[in-house]
Amino acid sequence: MGVNMNSVLGGDGFITTKLSAFANWGRKNSLWPMPFGTACCAIEMMGVFASRFDLSRFGAEVARFSPRQADLMIVSGTITYKMASVCRRIYEQMPEPKWVIAMGSCTCGGGPFDSYAVVQGIDEFLPVDVYVGGCPPRPEALIDAVMKIQKKIEMQGAPLV
Amino acid sequence: MSLDLHVVIDALKTNLPDTILDVKTFRGETTLLIKKEKIREVCHYLKKDFDFKFVVDITAVDYLEFKRPRFEVIYYLHRFGPEFDENMRIRLKVEVSEEDLKVDSVVPVWSGANWLEREVYDMFGIEFVGHPDLRRILMPEDYEPFPLRKDFDVRDREASKKSFERALREGE
Repeated sequence: MGVNMNSVLGGDGFITTKLSAFANWGRKNSLWPMPFGTACCAIEMMGVFASRFDLSRFGAEVARFSPRQADLMIVSGTITYKMASVCRRIYEQMPEPKWVIAMGSCTCGGGPFDSYAVVQGIDEFLPVDVYVGGCPPRPEALIDAVMKIQKKIEMQGAPLV
Repeated sequence: MSLDLHVVIDALKTNLPDTILDVKTFRGETTLLIKKEKIREVCHYLKKDFDFKFVVDITAVDYLEFKRPRFEVIYYLHRFGPEFDENMRIRLKVEVSEEDLKVDSVVPVWSGANWLEREVYDMFGIEFVGHPDLRRILMPEDYEPFPLRKDFDVRDREASKKSFERALREGE
């Protein structure tokens, strides 16, 4: 990106960039998270959204409870096989482009629940972009994950539809 | 006048003879082993005459090779007051053999037993005769094993995966 403040051009200033870079810049600074909270990690996630940790500093504070208005799914909590089909379906209802954060040990690899009912990592059925370990992770860790998503959008972006 | 648990047991013995197979008291908790065929009758009697209004829990134990018959179904009943020292808890057990996995449902006595019996059915495969809606309650409906049985490998996720894939296909 280049910024021109040349007074010859009227002094208004203008930016030269590629359209895709401009779109990704908009996307990364205006993430709309879809919270998929099924356990205690969801409480930490709420903490991240609230005033003390304040995810709005990263432009991602408006949690959408409708997948159709979201582009970042934060799966926070144990996912059982019975819930997995629901989770997958909600993911599919999100419009492209979309990203997924696996928050907490349970979503990353089943956590302490090595049992017949619990999915051993949501990457069995979802394309995960960022994994956050911890039981539950500190809010700072989730903020770091959001920043990594932002980085990913900036570096790789998504095709212009 | 305060009511004592042995009054209840004596009354049971008098009014429903040959129903109690064993009485055990351990650390102030009383357990009655009830003849399987009589369980609904006993529950009904305890509710009607002694006000055991509340079925706290129904659960089961699988003893696998350690005991015959293999299963036990356990009922925890509670009686509320009216006096504080008349609050009372009693535990009933019935033995269920592997060959005849059927117990009379107590839903006609307490409708609160509905989901409790469904859970026991879901986890142990014990059928409750006379239950109005005996379906699985926690596991998917097309799930086949009974996961709390001791001969089930608790890490065996194959059946869960199968149910999951079916749910994906059928869009549930």
